[in-house]
Amino acid sequence: MSIDNQESIKKKEKSAMLMSALMMGLGQVYNKYLLKGIVFFLVEILFICNFKSIFTRLKGLITLGDTPQKMMGFKIVQGDHSIFMMVDGTIALILTLIFIGIYLFNIYDAKKSCTQKKEKNLKKYLYNVYDKNFIKIMLLPGTIAMIFFVILPILITVLVAFTNYSSPNHIPPRNLVDWVGFQNFVNIVKMNIWSDTFINLAIWTIIWAIASTALNYGCGLLLALLTSRNDIKFKGLWRTIYILPYAIPAFVSLLVFRLMFSGVGPINNLLVHMGLERLPFFTDALMAKVMLILINTWLGAPYFMILISGALTNIDSSLYEAARIDGATKWQQFREITLPMLLLQTAPVLILSFAFNFNNFSAIYLLTGGGPINSSYRYAGSTDILITWVYKLTKEQSQYQIASVISIILFIFIASISTWNFIRSKSFKEDE
Amino acid sequence: MNGKISKYIEKFIVYGLLIIVALMVILPVIWIVISSLQEGNSLFSSSFIPKKLTFKHYQALFKETDFLLWYWNTFKIAVANMIISLIITTLTAYIFSRYNFRGKKTTLITILVLQMFPSFLAMTAIFILLSKLNLLDTHLGLILVYSAGQIPYNAWLVKGYFDGIPKTLDEAARVDGAGHMTIFIKIIMPLAKPILVLIAITNFMGPWFDFIFPNLILRSQEKRTLAMGIFDWIQTGANDNFTMFAAGSILVAVPITILFLILQKHIVKGLSAGAVKG
Repeated sequence: MSIDNQESIKKKEKSAMLMSALMMGLGQVYNKYLLKGIVFFLVEILFICNFKSIFTRLKGLITLGDTPQKMMGFKIVQGDHSIFMMVDGTIALILTLIFIGIYLFNIYDAKKSCTQKKEKNLKKYLYNVYDKNFIKIMLLPGTIAMIFFVILPILITVLVAFTNYSSPNHIPPRNLVDWVGFQNFVNIVKMNIWSDTFINLAIWTIIWAIASTALNYGCGLLLALLTSRNDIKFKGLWRTIYILPYAIPAFVSLLVFRLMFSGVGPINNLLVHMGLERLPFFTDALMAKVMLILINTWLGAPYFMILISGALTNIDSSLYEAARIDGATKWQQFREITLPMLLLQTAPVLILSFAFNFNNFSAIYLLTGGGPINSSYRYAGSTDILITWVYKLTKEQSQYQIASVISIILFIFIASISTWNFIRSKSFKEDE
Repeated sequence: MNGKISKYIEKFIVYGLLIIVALMVILPVIWIVISSLQEGNSLFSSSFIPKKLTFKHYQALFKETDFLLWYWNTFKIAVANMIISLIITTLTAYIFSRYNFRGKKTTLITILVLQMFPSFLAMTAIFILLSKLNLLDTHLGLILVYSAGQIPYNAWLVKGYFDGIPKTLDEAARVDGAGHMTIFIKIIMPLAKPILVLIAITNFMGPWFDFIFPNLILRSQEKRTLAMGIFDWIQTGANDNFTMFAAGSILVAVPITILFLILQKHIVKGLSAGAVKG
């Protein structure tokens, strides 16, 4: 009896799956899930109705257009806009993948609906649907937003790296853009004008990120140690003052510093007043670099002060007592207890801070704008880091293809560091 | 005796350092405040000791420029961004913290990696996308870009915090018959206040400083945001617009700074909790 029953269920499942595979929702209707069946069916109708346009768009993604813009007498005849076709094609691709996902789910659901007990009451039924699919429903807004405003733009940026989309000869709608494979990646390594700029900027970017992080941490540590001493007065006041740079919008303070140290700014006026020469704070390459790092310390140290102050209170005070009994000096206590304990606690943040400074666009762009001009670089100044170079290549020079290649390189570099950092961190391991 | 002297020297050094650092922090602040009050409007004539103080730059700001309009635009965008971001982020984080489903780990890693991609590197693509959606030169377009772009980073941060709230609380509530949403609103949310404040604040503050996306998306004069307008003053003539800039940036910085200092405790708590758990 039970074997018979099982076999009949298996048969039923098979036919339901087959029905749903042929026509979405049919298997569900067969199992008397009318509403669900209709919804699935509507999805299929929607896809079939748009099939032609989806197909042309997918084709467009491959060809990127073949009719260039032409002049007929004095009239311009619009040709294909390659970049729009690329975006349309990518969207069509994503929609197709989503449809395939729904289609497969529809077959799986048809099988499941054979053994499920059906709730007759519609209100209760809908509540059950909500209850069972709570995860999916709640993740929906975030997922849609991310697909269209995060993933899609990144995808297109990556795709552009494999085209010749750049000024002056490949800017739609005037011209067509074509796929060029890995040519841009080869160019950035082999073409001297690109590779020289890239390597020099990469070296400066790394120096900048390491020096900024180290100085931020060092000064933050100093401030934290100073303000956590028990023998100073007005502890709260000092701390509030030192937090100020973190509280003031960085956008404003960076512009203030830019003016303060500019050629005609007050610092230089003061120097002249004292009978000294004006200093080229932001116009001499080396000096500008030093200034950038120092000003960035002004901005970044308070964050570490806050963090380290918290971490200091986490260190077990009995450790210090034991050390004192053993006759350790203050310096020894600091070196053997405080520093290692702090580094252990703050290591992840240190790495994140490096990643942040590596791509610290606003510090560079608002202070020097990448200047002073460096004629041996292509479209970059002496203090440009990679990310500000990408910005200039995109915004000012329309060299989208190279900008995309560098974006990809930056992304891979930062992503691997941070991912490694996260995977060894606690909150991820707890999920195992 | 010797010990006493060395103690005095130590104290002297400590207070010396405290004062020097405090001066370095405060001097630029004082300079810009004084600058906004001085006569004339050029950077060249600015100094640390002004001859005469005046409020005319503040008056000019409201009478002669669109400053107030920019302020209102930015405020609207900031509030909308804060609300939308808070809802999407906490819901996403709640699911990732409390539920298990197939592909959870892959999704988490994907979000983590996406978070590393500075969103403005994809600005060309975002521009084209918004033009396709007819959202160029609209505040809605800007809000959508902001609130979608913050999800990856903040979802991780909030998830880390939610993980620290004991799961036994949920289970107890579930036994009492509470549904998914009830647990989220009545149990998780009240316990996660510090991180919620942090998320709200950072999302509220973001639009006040960002000049990249407004420059990319907005065109019309009357839709501009503050950061965009102020940055434009500096770009087009730092010397002539200097005192205007000083007054304008003070009016931006003061409310934000005060807000930050008031909520300091929450922010610090959220920050260190998120960072240490990271």
